[in-house]
Amino acid sequence: MTSPISSAETGHDHDHDHDAGHSRQKLPSDPALRVKSLESLLVEKGLVDAAALDAVVEAYEHRIGPRNGARVIARAWVDPAYRQRLFADATAAIAELGFSGSQGEHMVAVENTSRVHNLVVCTLCSCYPLPLLGLPPVWYKSPAYRARAVIDPRGVLRELGLEIPDEVEIRVWDSTAEIRYLVVPERPARTDHLSEDDLAALVTRDSMIGVAKVAS
Amino acid sequence: MNGIHDLGGMQDLGHIPYARTEPVFHERWEGRIFALNRCAGAWRKWNLDASRFQRELIPPAEYLRMSYYERWVEGLVALLLKTGLLAREELASGRPSPGTSKVEPLLTPDKVWPFIARGTPANRDVQAQPRFQVGQPVRTVNIHPEGHTRLPRYARDKAGIIVRDHGVFVYPDTNALFQGEQPRHLYCVRFGAQELWGPQANAQDSVYLDLWETYLEAP
Repeated sequence: MTSPISSAETGHDHDHDHDAGHSRQKLPSDPALRVKSLESLLVEKGLVDAAALDAVVEAYEHRIGPRNGARVIARAWVDPAYRQRLFADATAAIAELGFSGSQGEHMVAVENTSRVHNLVVCTLCSCYPLPLLGLPPVWYKSPAYRARAVIDPRGVLRELGLEIPDEVEIRVWDSTAEIRYLVVPERPARTDHLSEDDLAALVTRDSMIGVAKVAS
Repeated sequence: MNGIHDLGGMQDLGHIPYARTEPVFHERWEGRIFALNRCAGAWRKWNLDASRFQRELIPPAEYLRMSYYERWVEGLVALLLKTGLLAREELASGRPSPGTSKVEPLLTPDKVWPFIARGTPANRDVQAQPRFQVGQPVRTVNIHPEGHTRLPRYARDKAGIIVRDHGVFVYPDTNALFQGEQPRHLYCVRFGAQELWGPQANAQDSVYLDLWETYLEAP
């Protein structure tokens, strides 16, 4: 019986010639089967620990997500000194709230105002501030968003339901290096009475990417 | 490489598949391949830049056909083979080759969270005189390397302004090819939208990219 792991992928290994038909003749099978087979092979070789895989999945499903970023935004809205630190050194200010790590090692915060609207994209792959927003949604990783955000940000925002007036400047941040960008959205009007926790509950993932505003 | 991954500025790719909410992983195998990349990556047989480059090597038609995590399957399998962590026969049979001794996993469950929370900083404590200062006009170089680069096609041979010096960072173009980190200054550069896209763009809009010193020259 042959393994369902191998498929056309070995043909992409430009550094190696491959035996004709050795693995290419097998068409890509169900990815679920391929990954299951790959996992059991790597576990059997001792290269990975199945419980460690569980722990990675658990971390990104339950521990890391946009609620983290929302805490940062709410703090910046209520605490002017924190806000100042966030724009001066975002990585350090974010670490104050306990958030750090993989794909958020080097953070920059950019501020939306009545005159400036910021939008984040990664045209080359899928770079995204994981410790604050979790894993990126499908649309953020889609070829259409990656292609259009830089050439037609106003059209992209309109398609996603956000009209930006002509006089407002749009700044698109293409994450081409290991710097990750966090958009600090405008605090909605008539929220003076809300607590920091209430404010955090208003902040959406999309507002921190720059494709939506925060509604009160 | 002028590959399909370098998507910035392409048109006619259709609507953005937007959803207001969605599960972190749409299917169980997506979480497993994401985690396999993290755990196998802990062996440090390759680096982040090499794994990005490996996914860029997926042929264009395949790249667009595949889902995001299918590309991660392709990339991981190719790197496991390239670095010798897996043998071709093992991939074909789905079983370890006879006679290979079992190793102990590097990333045990107790180390997962510290590993994620620590991250892998890409800056390097290397003294290097910056060639450019904040506020200085620069021009990107016109290069078309066949290897890995983080200077997208749409921003080559374009005039911009340095807005920030991030410090000294690992250089992906060499790191991805296992030619060393060769750290150098990384700058944030602002480009006017009309410089990139011509008069169809809105005059006050701009695009910011993080670019290594090698990608830039004095105009």
